[in-house]
Amino acid sequence: MDLKCLFRPSTMAVIGVSTTLDSHPANVIYNKNHLRYPVKTFPVNPKGGLLNREPLYKSVEDIEENVDMAVIAVRSEFVPKVLEQCIKKGVGGAVMISGGFAESGNLEIQQRVVDIAKEASFPFIGPNCLGTYAPDYVDTFFLPGERIISPDKGNVGFVSQSGGVLVDQMVKFAGQGIGISLAVSIGNKACIREIEMLEWFEQDIETKVIAFYIEGFGKGEGRKFIEKVDICSKPVVIIKAGKSKKGIEAVSSHTASLAGDYRVFSEVMKQFCVAEAENEYELTSFCESLSCHSSRITSNVGIVSLSGGHGVIAADACELNGLSVPRIEKETRDAITEKLSPGIKDIVSLVNPLDLTGSCVDSDIMTCARHLFRDKNIECVLALLIPYSPGISADIGAKLSQVARNEGKPMIAYVPNEDKYRIIIEGFELNNIPVASSVEGAVLMAKALKRCKPC
Amino acid sequence: MLEKQMIKDSREILVNSKPLGWVLEPDAKQLMKINSLDIPDSILTDSFEQAERFLKKVGSPVVAKAVSKKILHKTEYNAVALGISSPDQLKSEFARLQGLEGCENILVEEMVKGVELIIGSKNDFQFGPVVVFGIGGTSVEIYNDTAIRMAPLQTDDVVSMVDSLQAKEIILGHRGKAGVNIEVLTDLIIKFSHFIMEFENEIESIDLNPVICTQERCVIADARVILP
Repeated sequence: MDLKCLFRPSTMAVIGVSTTLDSHPANVIYNKNHLRYPVKTFPVNPKGGLLNREPLYKSVEDIEENVDMAVIAVRSEFVPKVLEQCIKKGVGGAVMISGGFAESGNLEIQQRVVDIAKEASFPFIGPNCLGTYAPDYVDTFFLPGERIISPDKGNVGFVSQSGGVLVDQMVKFAGQGIGISLAVSIGNKACIREIEMLEWFEQDIETKVIAFYIEGFGKGEGRKFIEKVDICSKPVVIIKAGKSKKGIEAVSSHTASLAGDYRVFSEVMKQFCVAEAENEYELTSFCESLSCHSSRITSNVGIVSLSGGHGVIAADACELNGLSVPRIEKETRDAITEKLSPGIKDIVSLVNPLDLTGSCVDSDIMTCARHLFRDKNIECVLALLIPYSPGISADIGAKLSQVARNEGKPMIAYVPNEDKYRIIIEGFELNNIPVASSVEGAVLMAKALKRCKPC
Repeated sequence: MLEKQMIKDSREILVNSKPLGWVLEPDAKQLMKINSLDIPDSILTDSFEQAERFLKKVGSPVVAKAVSKKILHKTEYNAVALGISSPDQLKSEFARLQGLEGCENILVEEMVKGVELIIGSKNDFQFGPVVVFGIGGTSVEIYNDTAIRMAPLQTDDVVSMVDSLQAKEIILGHRGKAGVNIEVLTDLIIKFSHFIMEFENEIESIDLNPVICTQERCVIADARVILP
């Protein structure tokens, strides 16, 4: 199944555009793509008429040009007919926004749509979905642009069964400066499901991390999904909903009662190195970390901070999340001590987590990071930068990033997420070092590297 | 991979047990033996004299269990007598077990002492056959110190399962006490995982609990096979 037409279309028909209701989902989709995206967009309504003084096409078949994809936003009973017209026209695929299918008990009409599409090998997203969003290409979310906060273009691909969760996660990604390559709400997933999306993202050069919000798989589908994950060269992150123990009380064996649906899910994810996020906060941290770093760590983290308290908080969070903060070598300590500013030599603590105190300057932090990276016990460095001290310059982000790149091990930074420190944050982020807005967030980013398989 | 004859013999037991919905313990043990998994030396009998000869032959304590189609969970019926070392003890337990509901035979087995583990399987709706492994015994659900992996398993999976247990030291050895034979355990779990893949559609779930592991052996002391 070639999904390029769906996710990178040059031309698109929006079927169901209203001449009377500006807030109709089809109108929202038509307007934003027509006005703000490079995709050439054609409005369709079987009744014809005018929209913004332009005539509407009565059928997708009336469009003179090739149509790469169609957005179908008509009532469910009209969908089979519209679908047949799309197939006849040679459209490459569809996003079905329309509801009124399996989710409201209308299994028969959904099956009819599936059968028609299957016979023609016609791929579609949905029905009953929010749409797709590929920054710089196309946006079929039926939400007005001014209502949502959209992340910039980046390398995280995100698939969600729930449109609400998807759009909410977009806001969180945008807030953390995480860019996405493509976000897809698969809705009732009657045709394109998680497996097809995994295949798309695996071959998509713009995607580096693949994230899923999953409610559940069909019979045996989890096994097929995980077999694909096993041969996928990109890290996969998952957040699971529906973890309750419902339905496993009345079982006759110990094993069946020990292995409830969610436990099996979670353990199998672990077995195949999928990073399962416990909540949206973790999901965001995991995606940001894995979008920057592809290296894998076993568990050993070096921490450098300007405050003893931050170091201890980070060390506690590491322990809680299965990471270790190992002792560093004497040679590492000696090498650091030799190069530290004379003024802080006697007041620093060079036991991991390292505390350089508020009197340190840029070069002290860089020295510490460099030698921590060179220590054989350290796989990843957390730089907890509270930029309140006068010795820290605005260039510290860019400078430390350079150290990390030279040493070839992953670095994760914590900088308070304030406009005032934007230049430091960008110094890191533009150099591919992830920045967390909390100490715990930085630790979660390191945890993502532990769970990830080498890519 | 399982050999053809093993599959054929296993299938015969499963088909014969279908009307009951689960496999009687002696048959379940036979099923395990066919598939090269270690079970205790045993005798299935309704005669005390035979049982007594077995006790003498083994020369160490034995276990006696009631075999009844009415009894799936033996502990709840007090249908297991452990640590029988004298003919007198055997005699009284033999009589008591024979009096239990539906008791057809008594399974008398050598009693192996070691670390009690659980190895189980379940046919998961989303992922198909999965292996459950952990600290076993009758309190398994209370401690729930188990790991789950999708079958079939490889050596690395077994290592990571052991490593993920809270009580892994019991298996690996602690305070000068030796652990279990990891190679034998790994071999057992991997073989078991291939077995449940082969019979995915014919078995709903399995409890091998306890599997008693020592430095030499991993013996399946009890086996419960539930059919779909």
